[in-house]
Amino acid sequence: MSSEPLLTVEGVVKRFGGMRALDGVGFTLEPGEILGLVGPNGSGKTTLINVISGVYRPEAGSVHFRGRNVAGMPAHRLARLGINRTFQVPRPFKEMTVRDNVRVAAVFGGGDRLDPDAVLERTGLAALAAREAGTLNTSQQKQLDLARALATDPRLLLVDEIGAGLNPEELGAMADRLLKLQEEGIALLVVEHLLDFLNRITPRVIVLSAGRGIFEGSLSDAAQDPQVVEAFIGG
Amino acid sequence: MRRPGVLQGGAVLALLALGFGLVPLFYGNQSLLFSMMAYVALAQGLNVAYGFTGYLPFGYVGFFGAGAYGTALAITFLHWPAVPAVLGGGVLALIFGVVLAPLLRLSGAYFAIANLAASQVLYYVVANPNLTSVTQGPYGIKLTSVFAPNLSYAVLWVILLLATGAAVYLRTSRLGLALRAINQDPVSAEMAGVNLVRGRMVAWLLSALVAGLVGGVYGWHVSVFYPQSVFTLRISIFAIVFVLFGGAGTVIGPVVGAVLLYGLYDVIGISTPEYFQLIYGALIVGLVLFLPEGLASLARRRGWDVL
Repeated sequence: MSSEPLLTVEGVVKRFGGMRALDGVGFTLEPGEILGLVGPNGSGKTTLINVISGVYRPEAGSVHFRGRNVAGMPAHRLARLGINRTFQVPRPFKEMTVRDNVRVAAVFGGGDRLDPDAVLERTGLAALAAREAGTLNTSQQKQLDLARALATDPRLLLVDEIGAGLNPEELGAMADRLLKLQEEGIALLVVEHLLDFLNRITPRVIVLSAGRGIFEGSLSDAAQDPQVVEAFIGG
Repeated sequence: MRRPGVLQGGAVLALLALGFGLVPLFYGNQSLLFSMMAYVALAQGLNVAYGFTGYLPFGYVGFFGAGAYGTALAITFLHWPAVPAVLGGGVLALIFGVVLAPLLRLSGAYFAIANLAASQVLYYVVANPNLTSVTQGPYGIKLTSVFAPNLSYAVLWVILLLATGAAVYLRTSRLGLALRAINQDPVSAEMAGVNLVRGRMVAWLLSALVAGLVGGVYGWHVSVFYPQSVFTLRISIFAIVFVLFGGAGTVIGPVVGAVLLYGLYDVIGISTPEYFQLIYGALIVGLVLFLPEGLASLARRRGWDVL
């Protein structure tokens, strides 16, 4: 096996009307690596996740996953190839049981490779398996989002503000869980506003501002970078 | 909680088969039973689209009319025997379904209205006096040469069982699981690996096929019909109300809804239509206020798993 990156994003452009939400973003992600994605509100973080996960088709640029350009591919095919995600606001199938939520993903996205109950066990949701997903609290729904993504047996997981709304104890558990996923060989792209949380799980971040990458490196260096400071505080 | 199973599905099918198979032996009003059976099948077909994928086809009658006219054209011009002609009617409805498939990009009321408009377009095409040489235009169709009330009753009986069997399949299979996921959150369903377009297409075409077959066998059974009698919006509305009353997304709901409400319609709707409309109106209001998920939700509230 060559040591080519798992994910290579190059020059991605995504417009909404006249607004360039993404304006030539690029970065690479190695297998099993965790990369943080930070930036002010509206800088394009979630749009980037939506492009990589197939929700949006980019107008320009490429997204290579395991050496294959997957830009614009429908999400269900990406899920089968090994790219999955969680949502900023969790989106469970509310009227299904927790187990059925995970079963859908294991069957259709994961090609039956993983047992839904084992995934529930792994994500700490086994006790809630028979509950209707709509009755779970936010923290549990976030875990369910994660469990559903994991049931597709992904190699790349895009995590969109999974820390928001969690209490400190839950945050700690979530950080441990993400690190464990990394140990299992899953690469993670983590959008997060909670920098302490991000600091616990990765040394490497990229900073987006107005749809462009303006910094790549460690979080502590980012805090010293004048461009980053200006992007966050405003010029 | 036990998953509603194939066993329950078998029981529903057996009840329908015995009910509509045996009742004619000691109850003489075949026309009532035929219409009731047609509505149960139509409700089940509409349920496949609405209950399983969330698209409310207000123009569902368009498929019914397409089936009736497709069957009539196959008999009149191609000289097909009635049963293959009914299948031809189903295929014509299927083609109409394919033509309308782009409407699936719309949702909610926009879809319902666009579908309604499409069915009306089809009605005006069929009823167009300039097409009299093909469709007989407004003068209607006569199929008296193939009139066979008992055989057409039996064919509808088979179609009803197939439609219900399809609903049982959707309720219990992996495809059904995918459709429920699509219905509840399309974005999440895609992320979970479900092919959205294919899932919706399968349900939509299956739904169209059922209505086309029912329309075809209806046209054959009555053997004389007019554009307005097979494209009347009342057919759509009845089917929708029956599904909602019984419980969309279940197999049993549309059956119970159609049998009860069509029965009620037959008792008072024809003799005293004004009372019927009053009672129906009150029923719909009550349904929306107290039982938005239909009779099936009553059972669900008691913790029963409704197929």
